[in-house]
Amino acid sequence: MAVCGALVRSGRLSRPISGRNSAFIDSRFAVVKRLASALSYVPETAPSDFGETTKMNLFQSINSAMDVALANDPTAVIFGEDVAFGGVFRCTIGLADKYGKDRVFNTPLCEQGIAGFGIGMAVMGATAIAEIQFADYIFPAFDQIVNEAAKYRYRSGNLFDCGRLTMRAPCGAVGHGALYHSQSPEAFFAHVPGIKVVIPRGPIQAKGLLLACIKDDNPCIFLEPKILYRAAVEHVPVGDFSLPLSSAEVVVEGKDVTMVAWGTQVQVLREVCNMAQEKLGVSCELIDLRTIMPWDSETVIKSVNKTGRLLVAHEAPLTGGFAAEVASTVQSECFLHLEAPVERVCGYDTPFPHIFEPFYMPDKWRCFEAVKKLINY
Amino acid sequence: MEIYVNILKAPRNHVVELAKMAAVRSVFRVRSLLQQGFYGFYRNSASFAVRNVSIGSKISISPGQKRQMSSQTLDLEEDKPQFPGSRSEFTKKLEFITPDVYNGIPVYRVLDRQGKIIEADQDPKLSKEAVYDMYHKMTLLNTMDRILYESQRQGRISFYMTNYGEEATHMGSAAALNPGDVVFGQYREAGVLMYRGFTLDQFMNQCYGNAEDAGRGRQMPVHYGSKELNFVTISSPLGTQMPQASGAAYALKRSGKRLCVICYFGDGAASEGDAHAAFNFAATLECPIIFFCRNNGYAISTPTSEQYRGDGIAARGPSYGMATLRVDGNDAFAVYNAVKAARELAVNENRPVLIEAMTYRIGHHSTSDDSTAYRSVDEVNYWDKQDHPIGRLRHYMVNQGWWDMEKEKAWMKQARNEVMQAFQRAEKKKKPPPSELFYDTYREMLPHLQQQREQMRKHVAQYPENYPLENFEKDRD
Repeated sequence: MAVCGALVRSGRLSRPISGRNSAFIDSRFAVVKRLASALSYVPETAPSDFGETTKMNLFQSINSAMDVALANDPTAVIFGEDVAFGGVFRCTIGLADKYGKDRVFNTPLCEQGIAGFGIGMAVMGATAIAEIQFADYIFPAFDQIVNEAAKYRYRSGNLFDCGRLTMRAPCGAVGHGALYHSQSPEAFFAHVPGIKVVIPRGPIQAKGLLLACIKDDNPCIFLEPKILYRAAVEHVPVGDFSLPLSSAEVVVEGKDVTMVAWGTQVQVLREVCNMAQEKLGVSCELIDLRTIMPWDSETVIKSVNKTGRLLVAHEAPLTGGFAAEVASTVQSECFLHLEAPVERVCGYDTPFPHIFEPFYMPDKWRCFEAVKKLINY
Repeated sequence: MEIYVNILKAPRNHVVELAKMAAVRSVFRVRSLLQQGFYGFYRNSASFAVRNVSIGSKISISPGQKRQMSSQTLDLEEDKPQFPGSRSEFTKKLEFITPDVYNGIPVYRVLDRQGKIIEADQDPKLSKEAVYDMYHKMTLLNTMDRILYESQRQGRISFYMTNYGEEATHMGSAAALNPGDVVFGQYREAGVLMYRGFTLDQFMNQCYGNAEDAGRGRQMPVHYGSKELNFVTISSPLGTQMPQASGAAYALKRSGKRLCVICYFGDGAASEGDAHAAFNFAATLECPIIFFCRNNGYAISTPTSEQYRGDGIAARGPSYGMATLRVDGNDAFAVYNAVKAARELAVNENRPVLIEAMTYRIGHHSTSDDSTAYRSVDEVNYWDKQDHPIGRLRHYMVNQGWWDMEKEKAWMKQARNEVMQAFQRAEKKKKPPPSELFYDTYREMLPHLQQQREQMRKHVAQYPENYPLENFEKDRD
C-alpha cells in the first residue's frame, strides 16, 4: 500500500507527519468545516442513565471508547499504521502515553498483516482492536477477514475463535477523497457469514456501538464515517456503555414513507424528512440500520408494513449494494402492504469520482426526488 | 559456517553492501548458537544510537523523548549516511549486489545418511525411550497415511494428504517444543499433532467428518485441530496462518507465560504476501515465534526453481532481521537441535527465528494429484530408498543396538492393526445432525440463522427421500 502511504502523507485529506503540526490541523479543520457546511449535523442526547457526559466529536468519542476498553481489559491492545502517535485521524491520540507502547503500537504498512496479526491475538484470548487506516485499503486484508476471521469458530467446531477481534476503518465520502479515500465497502462484508458489520451515525452511537463490538464474542468490522470525525459533535457519556448490535433504530417517526440508511446518510435523510414535511406535507419515518450484518429486518418490515413505501439510500454503488438486500427482503415480507416499488438512491455504478463527487452522491435532492416518486406512484 | 567465513574474507565493501541488502548490521553477533549455524545480528537502531554517543557534536534525543518520537540519532561530524531507513556507510563504487556474492546457506545436520552421529558434540543424547517414541510415531504416521490414502482411492473418504518423507520434520520439531507452545500449521503436519497425543480415533473421526469429529464434519479431511493440544485448527488457504501466528506470539509474550508459537508453512506458501507480513510483523514487534518452513521441493507441481530465484527461504530471514538456520529436514536429530535452540532464542529474547528444513515430498500433493505428470519416478525413488528420514533414524537405532528386523516386523504389524481398528470404528459412526450446518457461524444462534435452520428442516421433512438422512444423527432439538 505504498500509494496509500504517499496519499496519507501528501494528500489534502490527512497529512500529519507530526502531531505538533498545528498549522496542518488548523487547515484540516477548515477543510472539514467547509465540507460539513453541506451536511447539517443534528446533535442527539444520550439517555440519562448512561451517566455524566462531555462534549466530544466523533473521533474523540471513538478515542473515549478505546480508552474505556483498554482501562477495563488488560489484554486489550490497539495496533495499526501510525496509531502510536495518535493516528492520522487522531482516534488513538494519547492512548500510547497512557497505556504503554506494548498496548498501543504501530505495525508495518501491511493490511493483511494487521488483520492476520489481530486474528492471532484474538485466538489467544486477547482483545485485539485493529485499525485499517482507510476502508479503501482494507482489501489486502479481505482474505484474512473472509476466509479466516469469519470462519474460525465454524471450521474448528468452536474449539478456536477470534471473537475478540474488532477492526476499525474510516469510510465514506468527505468531499475530495476521490477513488481511494471515499469508499463504503460494507456490502462486501455483509456477504460474509461469521462477521458483524457496524456503522455509527454520530458520536454517542460511535462510542456505544464500538464498545459493543469490542465486547462482542464475534469478529466485528466497525466502519467510521470519517466526515463525521470532526463535523459531528454532541454530549457523549464519558464512562462505559454499550448500544445493542443487530438492532436498528427509528430515528424519526413518521407514517407515509420509510427511509433506511446508515452512517452519514442518516444525517442526509434527516434533512430529507424535514424537506418532505415542509414541501410535500409527507411524514417520513427514518431508520438507522446501525448493524449492516446481521441486520435487523424486523424493525424495517414493521415500519414498511405501516407506511407502505420504502427508500433505501447509501453512498456505495447501486448494484450489489446492501440496499438491494433490504429491498429484496421487504418485497418478500411486505408485498401486500407496498404502495409503490422500493426506491434505492445510491452511488452510481462507477468508481468513486474526484471532482464529480457532488453529482455522484445520494444527496438530499436525489433522495427528495425519490420520496416524491414514492408518493406519486 | 561457510557463509560466515566467506563474509569475513570478502572485501569490506562487499560485507557492507551485503549487510545493507540484508538490512542487518555489518557486525555479526557471535554466539554459542553459531556452532549450530545460527546467524544472529545486531538489529535495532537503539544500539546504533548508543554507539555514536561519544563521537562529535550531534542531535541526540533522550530515551524519554525517544519513546514518543523517532529514535533516529543524527551524527553530523562523521561522513556517514543519515537516512533514517539505512544503517550502513557510503561507497564510491557503483556495484550491484548480485545473488552469487556468497555461497548458499549451509544445511545443518547431525546424522549422516547411514544414521551415524557426525560430530559427537552435536548429539542431542536423547534417551532410548525418546527415540523409540519418535520412531514409533514416524512409522505410525506413515502407516496411517498409507491406509487413509487407500481409503480415499476406494471412495471411503473424500480427500487425503500424505506426509511421506517429511516425518522427521514433524517429530523432530514437536519433540523439541514445550507442550504449551502453540502450533499454527499449514496442512501437512499431522505428525506434530500425533506426537502431542492426538489419537488415531481422532484423526479418523476428522477424516470421516463423523459425529465424534471435533470440527463437526464441516471441513475436508486433514483439517485437524485440538484445543487441549494447542494445535490451532487447519484451514485450506495457504499462508494465512502465518501473520496469525505472529499475533498469537505477541499475545503469548504479553501473557508472560514464557511460551512460544511455532508456525509451519511450505516453500510455496512462503510466496504468499501473508508470509512477508508474518516475518516483518514478528521481527518489528519482537514476537517469540519459530517460523518452520518445510521446503519439500514442490508446491503441488511447481518446483522450487519456479517458486523463487534466491537461496531458498532461509536467505530471506536476515533481511527481515531474523535469526535463521537451514537444517536437514530428513535428520530428526538436526531438526530437534534446531528447534530446541530456536525455542530458547524465541522465549528468552522475544524474537522470531526462521528455520528452513530441507526435505522432499515423496507422496503426491494430495489424492487429487498425480505427481508422475511433473517429476520422474527415479527422483522420487532416490528420496524414498536412499535418503528417507525414517530409514535414517532406524539406522541410528540399529547402530545403537536398540532395534532389529524382528522388532520392526512386530511393530509394523501392531501399527497396522491399530490403524485399521481405528479406521473401522470411525467408518461406522454416523455424521453429526444436519442442523450442525448452522451452529458456530456466530457465538450465538442468531435469529436469521434460526429461521433458515427451520426452513431447511421443513424442506427436508417434506422431501426426505432426496437427502442422505440415514447417514446422519437426528437433530439435537
